[in-house]
Amino acid sequence: MLAVVGTIPDEELPLVAGPVTVDGQFLVIQGHKVPISRGTAGLLAAAATCLEVLRKPAPFAFLVGDIGRGQGSSRLYEYLTLNLGRYQFSTLTFHYVLPIVDWHNRVLFAVQEMAERPRLIADAGFMYVAKMSGQAPEYDLFTPDAGELAFLADEEAPHPFYTRGFILHEDNQVPELIARAYAYDNAARHLLVKGQKDYVATKEGIVATIAEPVTEALEPIGGTGDSLTGIVSALIAAGFDIVLAAILAARVNRVAGYLAHPTPATNLREIVNQIPAALKLVLKEHHGKGK
Amino acid sequence: MSLRRFWQRKPKVLAAGGQADQGILVFANTSEVIRAEKVLRAEGWPIKVMGPPPGIQSGCDLVIQFPLMKKLELLRILTENRLSPLQAVPVTGPLLKPVDLFQVKDFGRYLMVRAANMKLTVDKETRMIVNVSGGGCPDVPYLAYQLVGQTLEAAPRPRDLGHTVCGYALQLAFEEMERLCSR
Repeated sequence: MLAVVGTIPDEELPLVAGPVTVDGQFLVIQGHKVPISRGTAGLLAAAATCLEVLRKPAPFAFLVGDIGRGQGSSRLYEYLTLNLGRYQFSTLTFHYVLPIVDWHNRVLFAVQEMAERPRLIADAGFMYVAKMSGQAPEYDLFTPDAGELAFLADEEAPHPFYTRGFILHEDNQVPELIARAYAYDNAARHLLVKGQKDYVATKEGIVATIAEPVTEALEPIGGTGDSLTGIVSALIAAGFDIVLAAILAARVNRVAGYLAHPTPATNLREIVNQIPAALKLVLKEHHGKGK
Repeated sequence: MSLRRFWQRKPKVLAAGGQADQGILVFANTSEVIRAEKVLRAEGWPIKVMGPPPGIQSGCDLVIQFPLMKKLELLRILTENRLSPLQAVPVTGPLLKPVDLFQVKDFGRYLMVRAANMKLTVDKETRMIVNVSGGGCPDVPYLAYQLVGQTLEAAPRPRDLGHTVCGYALQLAFEEMERLCSR
């Protein structure tokens, strides 16, 4: 089963832990309705949609309200530290959480107390803190965009805001940045770098690039990275090998974006709505290749 | 995982800079840094918002660099504005310089500005903010919710609502967008 850890921009939301379902424009968890928009809600909507198509259990989530003050994130870190050991998940995805190094390290210790170590995926704030703590290689997958990859490649930057100018990304430098991130042990075992061209990489190098279809308008749309992380998390939880899951997820996200006919003003929900069609199409394409 | 390796990892030492006459103000959280910057800039203080030296980095940090000789005067102004830094100390290690490069992409009707990891997109015809993307701190989805659908003139400033380094980066993108759209 997939579990997702993150925050929701609503300070009224208490800490909740439970299965998540999609109900129209909302996620439902423990009786709370959360609007589907960018951020962890977008990730969960994409993951839940995929898992439903794949006929797998709905994702489990640990969510709390936080608008950046950090109180919610601190409660979430504490809860995970105290309780994670009694849960069992095949895949655990960490997302929008205020980066705090000390708490991150405690959560990683709590993961070790789980009966079976889940595949660990990190994106957003949790990826930042995983890198800053020096523990990136403990993770199975990071899903940075090109700017965040530059941050991973800068061994001195504690946050993307401090990435040094000479490392700052250009898309044509992605292979070099991937190599540099691995050289300094600042990358997870697998990377899915999202951008004009998506890259799947390991320490050994780039194993795949996904460039089609191209939909320029997706770049400014908030949440398209979140949906990609949700899709790849769902595929890994469904049993796909990490490299294959990353390749398929990149393709599904691109096809869903293409089918939504987006403009830079499009809302993430319109893209999530296209995920079932995109996933079926990409799986059919994949199975066709296998024959 | 090797526990020994886990705890032995330390932030790496950064390149040195000439900051002998400079001090830093350390606050409990980034929200207070953002408020203090606003107060001090309004009073004309020559301050800079920077990344903390390695010894006090905790994850999502900003500090304010200030002329050390003016410490007392500056602390008095902060106190008058109900701001209490945790520390006001000389710079003991190199500070991190925030990203100061902007990337601009023109989509025809829409213009996107990226500052560090934050992207802001505006409809050039209506000056309406149509999307906020990037970032990883919890105030980013909140800021997106508050800004999207508002014009540049009517939108709240990310500096007034944000609490993290990502929120601060969005403010920089916002200011650059205002500059570009005022041409």
